[in-house]
Amino acid sequence: MTTLMSEEATERDLKMRKSSQKFWFAATWIFGAITFSILLLVIGYVIIQGGKAVNWEFLSTAPKGGLSGEGGVSTTLGTTLYLVLLTIGISTPLGVGAAIYLIEYAGEQSLTSPVLRALISIANFAVETLAGIPSIIYGLFGYALFVSALRFGWSLLSASLAGACLVLPTIIRTTEEALLAVPDDYRRGSLALGATKWQTLYKVVLPASLPGIITGVILSVGRVISETAVFFVTLGGSHRLPTSIMDGGRTLALHLYYLAMDTRAFDKAMGTGAVLVVMIILINLAIDFVSRKLTAGLKGR
Amino acid sequence: MSTRMIVDKAVKYILFISAILSIIIVLAIAFFIFQESVQAWKEIGVGEMLFKRVWRPGQDQYGILAMIYGSVAVTFGAIILGVPLALGTAIFLGEIAPTGVRAVLRPAVQLLAGIPSVVYGLFGMVVLVPMVRQINVPGNSGYGLLAASIVLAVMILPTITSIAEDAIRAVPDSYRSGSLALGATRWQTITKVVLPAGRSGIIAGIILGVGRALGETMAMIMVIGNSVIFPSPLTKNPLTFFLSQARTLTGNIAVEISYATGVHESALFATGVVLFVLIIVVNASARWLISRQSDVQTTRQG
Repeated sequence: MTTLMSEEATERDLKMRKSSQKFWFAATWIFGAITFSILLLVIGYVIIQGGKAVNWEFLSTAPKGGLSGEGGVSTTLGTTLYLVLLTIGISTPLGVGAAIYLIEYAGEQSLTSPVLRALISIANFAVETLAGIPSIIYGLFGYALFVSALRFGWSLLSASLAGACLVLPTIIRTTEEALLAVPDDYRRGSLALGATKWQTLYKVVLPASLPGIITGVILSVGRVISETAVFFVTLGGSHRLPTSIMDGGRTLALHLYYLAMDTRAFDKAMGTGAVLVVMIILINLAIDFVSRKLTAGLKGR
Repeated sequence: MSTRMIVDKAVKYILFISAILSIIIVLAIAFFIFQESVQAWKEIGVGEMLFKRVWRPGQDQYGILAMIYGSVAVTFGAIILGVPLALGTAIFLGEIAPTGVRAVLRPAVQLLAGIPSVVYGLFGMVVLVPMVRQINVPGNSGYGLLAASIVLAVMILPTITSIAEDAIRAVPDSYRSGSLALGATRWQTITKVVLPAGRSGIIAGIILGVGRALGETMAMIMVIGNSVIFPSPLTKNPLTFFLSQARTLTGNIAVEISYATGVHESALFATGVVLFVLIIVVNASARWLISRQSDVQTTRQG
């Protein structure tokens, strides 16, 4: 009798647990759906509302400047391009170099002296710290060091140096991951053939990890395009196209900010936002494409 | 020594220097921001700066308590709104979503992380602020903590979601099979086994979200109103607190740095020091939690 009762109770209990599971599973589906709708809402709104302002004329004419909010975005596209090229040009060799050292050399070098070992672990800690520092602090630093102390003023040079510090941890981390994904057999094979360490890295390891490194660079391009706080305090904000690296300017993102806050030209700001969002979507697609290549490449071998 | 051996050596030193560069940058950032703030700490006084509510550079009053409070309040709002959604999405992505749905939602979360903060700010100004303004309370401008918290919640959503999902995925499958074999349902397994096992990583994700929220600048300037007031309820109803305007530490720096001189400029660097210290503490605790999580997992697995 008692066993029967408890079997019944077990049955009931199982039913309860199953219906509770149904409820909570449905709840997580709803959470997922909300997150997805937020993305659709923000992107859809900006592209549809902003798209109305975007045409060839908008992209190819210069902003009028001042408080009018009239004109297009051509010079800000140019400034964005200059700033991306400079920032990436400065940060990529440094970041890739740092990652190569931290992954390929740090292990054996740590054994040679305790000072080196300490430095290497501090360097790893520093990369993590840099990744967590908010961009306005990079801006403040760039303002104090490049704009004021070194007298570069509000310029492409100041902004790209501050921007390079900002994206450095991104490039270091993605390169580190790419290097770690290269199988050790590649290195051993090359060393066994008599190549030096650097020849091995240059001819074997770096080519194999190239897609990963490129992913890091594209990520950083996206970061520079969307960053505003750092450039707000280091790039000046002139609506004209800079003619040298000592000239200031404004990127697309900065232009959006000025349009929205100073001139209240919301339709033009939204148009600029649409251009920005499309660029970011393209960048995400590019990253996706490259990382697919990376996995395919490693599997293929 | 052959040429290629010399090249090999030279390259090693060059790479070493770039590896050390990160240390130099961290030290340089700390040094420059502290050094520029010394004047303010000396002339205004540490207590005066940290505990006075009034910020009026024109009258030499430099209290940043209102901004500290503003930053904390908006971060709190963003966490209340964003964390449940982020955790729900993370559980969905990590445990429940079918492969096809996951393949769409995951890149979507990544894309959410890539949208520029000024675009969020603009969306807030054009869509959210007019909606908040509909709430019929005297003194409600639409700009303020509520609109800012919503914008910020969306901005920290991808950070928390992806770290929490990683923590959930890092829980070994043997835990799940063990629990299921004992007769637990999948949901019981998630709440009683997977989430507790991934707890440190999930909390670390939330803390990193806090760090991200404290550091956000442009979107906050655009929707929070920026008046230097100590946020307080507009009427007797305590909930109207969230309709109050505010200013964040980050906004204070960005809005005023381009024209500030002398003590005023130094006081802005001091604001930066406070922010810097806050963020370092927040991030260090997240890092500590993450390292503890991996320790736990390796010892349990080993």
